[in-house]
Amino acid sequence: MKSKNLNVFTNGLLRENPVLRLVLGTCPTLAVTTAAKNGIGMGIAATIVLVCSNLVISLLRNVIPDKVRIPAFITIIAGFVSVVQMLVKAFTPAIDEALGIYLPLIVVNCIILARAEMFASKNSVLPSILDGLGMGIGFTAVLTLMGAIREFFGAGTILGFAVTSKFISPMIIFLLPPGGFFVFGMLVALSNALAKRKGKPIVEKMGCENCPAKDSCDKSTESCENAKEAE
Amino acid sequence: MQNKLSVSTSPHIRHFDTTRGIMLDVIIALLPATVFGFVIFGWRAVLHVAICVAACLLCEFLWNVILKKPQSIGDLSAAVTGLILGLNMPTGAPFWIDIIGSVAAIIVVKQMFGGLGHNFINPAMGARIILLVSFPSFMTSFTEPLVHTVSSATPIALESTAPVSYKTLFFGMHPGAVGEVSAFLLLVGGLYLVARKVISPIIPVCFIGVTAGLTYIAGGDGLYAILSGGVMLGAIFMATDYVTSPTTKWGKAIFGIGCGIITFVIRQFGSLPEGVSYAIILMNILTPHINTLTAQKPFGYVKEGKKDE
Repeated sequence: MKSKNLNVFTNGLLRENPVLRLVLGTCPTLAVTTAAKNGIGMGIAATIVLVCSNLVISLLRNVIPDKVRIPAFITIIAGFVSVVQMLVKAFTPAIDEALGIYLPLIVVNCIILARAEMFASKNSVLPSILDGLGMGIGFTAVLTLMGAIREFFGAGTILGFAVTSKFISPMIIFLLPPGGFFVFGMLVALSNALAKRKGKPIVEKMGCENCPAKDSCDKSTESCENAKEAE
Repeated sequence: MQNKLSVSTSPHIRHFDTTRGIMLDVIIALLPATVFGFVIFGWRAVLHVAICVAACLLCEFLWNVILKKPQSIGDLSAAVTGLILGLNMPTGAPFWIDIIGSVAAIIVVKQMFGGLGHNFINPAMGARIILLVSFPSFMTSFTEPLVHTVSSATPIALESTAPVSYKTLFFGMHPGAVGEVSAFLLLVGGLYLVARKVISPIIPVCFIGVTAGLTYIAGGDGLYAILSGGVMLGAIFMATDYVTSPTTKWGKAIFGIGCGIITFVIRQFGSLPEGVSYAIILMNILTPHINTLTAQKPFGYVKEGKKDE
């Protein structure tokens, strides 16, 4: 039992990393990673919301009627996002300014909704918290890495400290959307290469076989588009 | 008897043109403008072109070696990419950005999408845009011809304040990137390519004509618009890239007209002084759709609905 919980936790770090392997939450990933600091800020904010919403949804999973579960999830998530947003605004206004609209948009972050739908609504409290924590840390790690890469090439700094900016003119394109897509693509390619080396299939086919929730899925959920496609 | 008949699938007749031969023709066509650039801009221009060509060939070579692919530097396409990239460099730029540009052109734009024939935008053009966006100050530091030191704006940026005479523009005694200054020598190169049937004149004629015409209609100086800036170099040598321009006649016309319109719109209404690169890139992206829309009807083809009648 203990090893299973550990498995649930480590799942989100690499094997089912939400950004690189499940390709969820791409919008905030591309938008806020112009600096490593923003990546950390966004990652922590999303992780707090993810853990809390997974906890509450898991507790309420037998109370929420199946037909209205998405509105119920969104309401719970929105509540936590409001709390996080107020906290960020109060204590780290600089990060609030850098993240801008993407902070309130955590409400519709695919990762959080996907974990609520695929995991928390079907599992007990402890695994749900661990899943949220693992996915959140995986999300934060990728955002920080991406932010660091883009900040290093695009501004010559890392976490705001000058590294090469004093003697080499930085490539501004890394801070712009094309640079974001480029770095994102490179990281996905890298994670696919790592997965291939370990003999794991590259995430590209849909259907239940490759569904990240296949272990916890009973294949009867109406909204599971993967199941529909497989049929 | 049977031994004398060779059985194979089509095509049975092959043309003698090779990628290498075509690329060699492009290099020959670019030589006059290149040498002229060397003469008026001095050793910095020579170094820029040399570094770009060498770096592009090296990138192509290393990519093939590392990924264990058949070596393709012999087809000279990387050399042409390097040459065109070098010709797009302003002489005042530092030399290390040539290397970044070459890596961007060969590795990112060309090889990552599958190599020659699979790139969706022109590699040299893509690299130029990447450099322009990344290092705007370097990419616009042009030098005066023959003086080599004074940095100044291109005539296209000076049109309203201190226009240069048509003759100066036509023969190329004005500031600009290494290979874009002499409209005359670029036209000579273009005529050579047309005569050798390497390129069809449709794209350059439409591109240059539409840019001049629209500028004239908008109350500007149409001739000035096409003689200054990168229209000649872009229209003749970059918009006609086989891989990223349409294959049909009407497709080529649409491609050229589109390039002309976008160039005009960017120059007229945008905040950038020059729009040729962006125009070519945008039309490059539309090329597959233009090809599909202008596909030729096979001989004797009857529409589905008419068959029954």
